[in-house]
Amino acid sequence: MQQRSVNDFTIRVATVNGSGSQSSNLVLTNAIFRMGIPVAPKNVFPSNIEGLPTWFDVRVSSKGYQCRTREIDVLVALNAATWRTDAASVRPGGVIVHEATYPVSGEAQRDDVTYYAVPFNELAKANFKDGALRKYLLNMIYVGVLAELLGIDEATIEAAIGTQFKRKPSAVTTNMDAARLGFVHTREQLTKRDAFALERIAGPTDGLVFMDGNRAAALGCIMGGCTVAAWYPITPSSSLCESFIQLADKYRVDKTTGEKNVAVVQAEDELAAIGMVFGAGWAGARAMTSTSGPGLSLMAEWAGYGYYAEVPGVIFDVQRAGPSTGLPTRTMQGDVAFAYQLSHGDTKHIVLLPATVQEAYEMAMDAFDLADRFQTPVFVLSDLDLGMNSWMTKPLPYPERPFDRGKVLGEKDLNRLESWGRYRDVDHDGVPYRTLPGTNHSSAGFFTRGTGHDEEARYSEQPDVWQRNLDRLVRKHDTARMAVPQPVTDERQNAIGLLAYGTTHHAIVEARDELRKDGIEVDYMRVRALPFSSDIAAFVRRHDRVYVVEQNRDGQVYGLLRAELPQHLIGRLHSIRHYNGVPIDAHAVIDPLLAAERQPAVVAE
Amino acid sequence: MTVNLIGLGRDVYKGLPTTLCAGCGHNSITNHLIKALFEYGVQPHKLAKMSGIGCSSKTPAYFVEQAHGFNGVHGRMPSAATGAKLANRELMVLGISGDGDTASIGLGQFVHMVRRNLDIVYIVENNGVYGLTKGQFSATADVGSTLKNGTPNEYSTIDICGLAIELGATFVARSFSGDGKQLVPMLQAAFSHRGTSIIDIISPCVTFNDHTGSTKSYSYVKDHELVANMPDFIRPREEVTVDYEPGTVQRVTLEDGAQVLLRKVDRDYDATDRIGALRTIHESRAQGEFVTGLLFVDPNVPDLCEREKMIEKPLKDLNEEDLRISREAWTTLFD
Repeated sequence: MQQRSVNDFTIRVATVNGSGSQSSNLVLTNAIFRMGIPVAPKNVFPSNIEGLPTWFDVRVSSKGYQCRTREIDVLVALNAATWRTDAASVRPGGVIVHEATYPVSGEAQRDDVTYYAVPFNELAKANFKDGALRKYLLNMIYVGVLAELLGIDEATIEAAIGTQFKRKPSAVTTNMDAARLGFVHTREQLTKRDAFALERIAGPTDGLVFMDGNRAAALGCIMGGCTVAAWYPITPSSSLCESFIQLADKYRVDKTTGEKNVAVVQAEDELAAIGMVFGAGWAGARAMTSTSGPGLSLMAEWAGYGYYAEVPGVIFDVQRAGPSTGLPTRTMQGDVAFAYQLSHGDTKHIVLLPATVQEAYEMAMDAFDLADRFQTPVFVLSDLDLGMNSWMTKPLPYPERPFDRGKVLGEKDLNRLESWGRYRDVDHDGVPYRTLPGTNHSSAGFFTRGTGHDEEARYSEQPDVWQRNLDRLVRKHDTARMAVPQPVTDERQNAIGLLAYGTTHHAIVEARDELRKDGIEVDYMRVRALPFSSDIAAFVRRHDRVYVVEQNRDGQVYGLLRAELPQHLIGRLHSIRHYNGVPIDAHAVIDPLLAAERQPAVVAE
Repeated sequence: MTVNLIGLGRDVYKGLPTTLCAGCGHNSITNHLIKALFEYGVQPHKLAKMSGIGCSSKTPAYFVEQAHGFNGVHGRMPSAATGAKLANRELMVLGISGDGDTASIGLGQFVHMVRRNLDIVYIVENNGVYGLTKGQFSATADVGSTLKNGTPNEYSTIDICGLAIELGATFVARSFSGDGKQLVPMLQAAFSHRGTSIIDIISPCVTFNDHTGSTKSYSYVKDHELVANMPDFIRPREEVTVDYEPGTVQRVTLEDGAQVLLRKVDRDYDATDRIGALRTIHESRAQGEFVTGLLFVDPNVPDLCEREKMIEKPLKDLNEEDLRISREAWTTLFD
């Protein structure tokens, strides 16, 4: 037997979607987590309700790596349709637990893996009389099998099942019975012949909880004071608004009157959703919508209106793989350049780029403050990987900062002021003052319009007035540059720098450790927002070569940096891109980086 | 100086000088609106003037200059109006749209606004033609009517009132830009109605659609209008002082206690009969006429804010204490 592999491997469960394997996978994830071992679950699912192949990867990592791994160590094969390719995907030395009726013979048979044939269907048929429940409970059998093989005890599985079915205690016993079938079958019928094991450790998961980014963002909306939400269902963003609704139903309802201090509208399309956001933002409420790429495309005209008429609003874009309908259930960082410049004419927006669950929460709150402060649309670009997968996180911190409602003039201010103008740059920061409808003062009202306007919000087609206004908007954008979340840097005067953003971060963490093993030290800057902080140019200046790593085909942030950095720094930038729809892994960073570093031409540049 | 119920003069309800063509029906509508708003005693700071894009959508600049205005993007005013009302339900939301803005590019938003019964007075200044882009047909042009150059419209027309009634609208009226007698009390009744009030106002375009082939010209309207009723608006708690012959008036009490008295003109028209209203619209159209008046009203349907069980206080005024989960409850989220 090969050397034992403890607490560092990846389990893949291959099933058919609609078969109810999600609960089992989460139980498995939670049980390992309960043993103190960091885990990173990744659900790779089809755009379909029932019947297509789906995979659930549980990465077990003692070092706490959260990114996907390319290779699979332990496979649970429960989909006849993908059986052969699934079996072929297992790394030499790996394990395949499979439905006993699947053929293991001929050329498909591998001698470099350990097979465990389990009669899942037979066990389920013999033990679960209820046909409807059977397919769900079958999944819990593999949890028991894996637990026994890898070394998770029954009490831990039971506790994890308790967590999974917290809201439905009656299901705990049935599911535990199913898991026990797996335990017993494994003990009695199988002999452990592989190297993989889980061992309880102390420390790394203490105090952590699981949460997906969409729920974290929804919590950020609640704590950030969002009162109006308008949305159109779209994968993978729907669960953001659904979480918001769930939270609002609990925390935004007066227990005695049943009245709500929130309004949620399921709009007829994304054009209406964003229109409602700007209508509400104009009237003084904190408003948001959540969408994904196709919806963002529909919001383009309104986005320019929000930018030019200067109306606050928060737009969450949980990115999926495009173009077009693309891969609705796969991930990508494909909307960054589009969101940054969304709309016709000269338009540049504030874009926040969360990498973690905590940032999804904090940047949601930041977004409302920034939208009010800068009176403009703010885009929060999450992705499917962050939004829909469960991640380990510290409990989210309670916000200590009050809302920043920005420059709003009330009745008293207007009494004090001799005059005011909606688009005057009084503070020389490009950010004007506004009033809200309902302000009881004869000078409060003004006409908000997407047409050309002067400092007093009057219609104007004057060339100088038009240009002056566009220049002020650039000044505002430049003020925002240092007010948005600033980059996070880990730097030790190395010649090579990595620059990444969003969920690509998790692959960078592992890649840097791996490169270090090969004697290559690389610095790292994680960009957290657009417009670019001036720290970014400084970082590039301090490095000979900076690799911009991102999850899109065209190197979108690489392109934006080339457009915006000083000319003499552009040659130092290199682009590494990952765009196959599944989350980026460490090798997608390491391999191209090493290839580039070995090319003399690059090094000489 | 004559002042209204809240002590404001008529001038307060005026706006900037119009930039539309001389003789444009929209200018007449603006003047009727000024009269209606003044007489009704609308508080300027509570008024939110919303519009989309087009000649009609420019007009909010021409009345109640003190009030906030929101001139949004083409066909999307209903969504912006929805957001504004949700943010501050104390606002009186007045939407001004046109036939292109409502029936073509904005048809989807119009439909869904009506479905939700958003509390809004939604005026369509309907001239059957795109004015700002110089005279193309809109979707409310009648079959057989022609452009100025003689090109006939061959596609079926969208009847804003018929559509609104079909969709479940709770206040649907049609009038003519030149008929202040009918329009002013109709507008005031709409101000008092809680829910979506649709007022389709035929408003001739003197530049592009006032010719002999048009069915939205001054002369065509004069010859083909079928008046279903003439409204009188009676404010809440105000006494009805005019005498009417029994059976000639239909009385409808609105949400805030105001009443609208509908003087029957041509025939025995019942403005609370949804199916009857649709029948009348279709019959008159078949006869080459268009029916005006308060065509349908149902004052007892909850509006969007009520259906959403929103608190009375404007959402925009809520603070951290109102909106954040308490510290105690927060920790339980991570158990």
